[in-house]
Amino acid sequence: MEFLKVGLWQYVVVSGVLFSLGLVCVATRKNAIAVLMGVELILNSANINFIAFSHYVSGAVGGQVFTVFVIILAAAEAAIALAIVLAIFNRFRTIEGDVATTLKE
Amino acid sequence: MSVSQSVSWFFPELLLAFGALAVLVVDLLVTKHRKKIAVVIGGLFVLLALLKSESAASEHSGVVALFSGMVVLDPMAFFFKLIFGIAVLVTLFFVYRSAESPEANSGEFVTLLVAVTLGLFLMGAASDMVMMYLSLEFVSLCSYVMAGWSRKDRRSTEAALKYVIYGGVASGVMVYGMSLLYGLTGKTNLFEIRDALAASAPSQLALTLSVVLIIAGIGFKIAAVPFHMWCPDVYEGAPTPVTAFFSVGPKAAGFAMMIRFFYTTFVDATSWGSGTELVAVGGAPWPLLVGIIAAATMTLGNFAAITQNNLKRLLAYSSIAHAGYMLMGIASMSRQGVESVLFYLGVYLFMNLGAFLVVIAIRDHTEGEGIEAYRGLSQRQPFAAVLMTVFLLSLTGVPPFAGFIGKFYLFAAVLAKGGFYYYLLAIIGILNSAVSLFYYARIIRAMFLEEPVVRAPVGLPLPYRVALVALAVPTVVLGIFPPLLSDLTQVSVGALGVVTTGF
Repeated sequence: MEFLKVGLWQYVVVSGVLFSLGLVCVATRKNAIAVLMGVELILNSANINFIAFSHYVSGAVGGQVFTVFVIILAAAEAAIALAIVLAIFNRFRTIEGDVATTLKE
Repeated sequence: MSVSQSVSWFFPELLLAFGALAVLVVDLLVTKHRKKIAVVIGGLFVLLALLKSESAASEHSGVVALFSGMVVLDPMAFFFKLIFGIAVLVTLFFVYRSAESPEANSGEFVTLLVAVTLGLFLMGAASDMVMMYLSLEFVSLCSYVMAGWSRKDRRSTEAALKYVIYGGVASGVMVYGMSLLYGLTGKTNLFEIRDALAASAPSQLALTLSVVLIIAGIGFKIAAVPFHMWCPDVYEGAPTPVTAFFSVGPKAAGFAMMIRFFYTTFVDATSWGSGTELVAVGGAPWPLLVGIIAAATMTLGNFAAITQNNLKRLLAYSSIAHAGYMLMGIASMSRQGVESVLFYLGVYLFMNLGAFLVVIAIRDHTEGEGIEAYRGLSQRQPFAAVLMTVFLLSLTGVPPFAGFIGKFYLFAAVLAKGGFYYYLLAIIGILNSAVSLFYYARIIRAMFLEEPVVRAPVGLPLPYRVALVALAVPTVVLGIFPPLLSDLTQVSVGALGVVTTGF
């Protein structure tokens, strides 16, 4: 049952899938909240990478420290983004990115 | 250096952090002249931080790595601190004078501006991927709020939304790229990554992928194609003083970070000292990638600018084009290339802020940002029209203005590398400069050759006149005596990548 052992490879695949899903979500969704959820997926895929590499490649805690900072900044960014989305809703009565548009070519 | 030793070198940044809080508290206490008091206190702290970094730079006279290699104090970091400091001080003046900046929440805004200066200082000095990501996000988070400063204005709020969405994606992609680089080398410090890359050549595919993803994050900050989509909308929607700041501050910081990342991680440190060519480490094809992005960025920026009628939007595309020219210098992978980028940034600071100052002054008086507001400006306000012409000609790169010398250095650095690829890049750059003349000259023609829509003269208060002259003098003088700046850039580049260990 050698193939059932979890190693670095499995973590990298999961994070790669998560990253791709995040990119697809960001590229296809018009809703601002949905795009922000896609950004969270991307950040968490990076976190998985950092922790896995920290354990399997580096052996030091550098990657884990990085992850903590990413989590903190993701929270800060979400707070600011949601405040802006709220302001958009107050002005435009919608949070669909393509509807709330006055700036154009 | 250990944490306790580092703190004494970290004084300028501490001053800025304290200054941001001081503005916030004082703004709560006073009831009259809130804007004036906030701007004066904020400006004072930025000035103090600049003086302190100057004395620190002359004291250590070399390279010091602080906080276990998180940031470095080297001549290049000091050069960028000067650029950020001047940009912020000029922006504070814009904020104080501009009719677009509301009295009510100016205290919060100045707080953000002083805080973002701290972020910019750190971006210019970051030598660890953790610090790179933290400082870039710090600057971004402050910028999102600044773009949406006019809360009542639909355009400003929309600009903030576009900025935060594109920015969030870009920084997420960058941090994923950093995680791959960490996986390849097991280090987060740029100097240690370089040593690890030199010791064992990693998989080229993974290394290239991580470099591409990291370029996406930094390219967003400098508005390089294809990460530029936010730029025209944010520049047009944000209040003009904020736009002026975005076009120089965060952009210069992005370049600082890009130079430091590529030229410490992928260049052999020992090749810096000798007068020979730089030796690559790791083998990532980044000069090619950056070169392609440079060509695409300047071409798109210049051609999209041709059809623009809103001056802020036009200057947004022009700033994209200028980012393209500067990327050319980074792509050249030589000492001369980095020097020319620093020189161009120093010149760009003055000429671009000058052009924006005219836009602010005209907007204050006529409420107009469109090109029709500039028709016949030579009859309505000859002083502003003449100085605007100086700034626009300098942006085009016409002698004897500083923009010409800046472009000359950039092209010289690219041509000095030689080879088909670099000649092609230089040809694309020169063709683009010719295209840019078209849309800059359109504004000059509107100002001097067309009849005004309204004949009434446009008022230009004395402080605006003084500031315009103060920005025009370097634009002209650096074009005639380039050594004034090029000596400084030469010193700044000298110690790049020298630190190896000892933190």
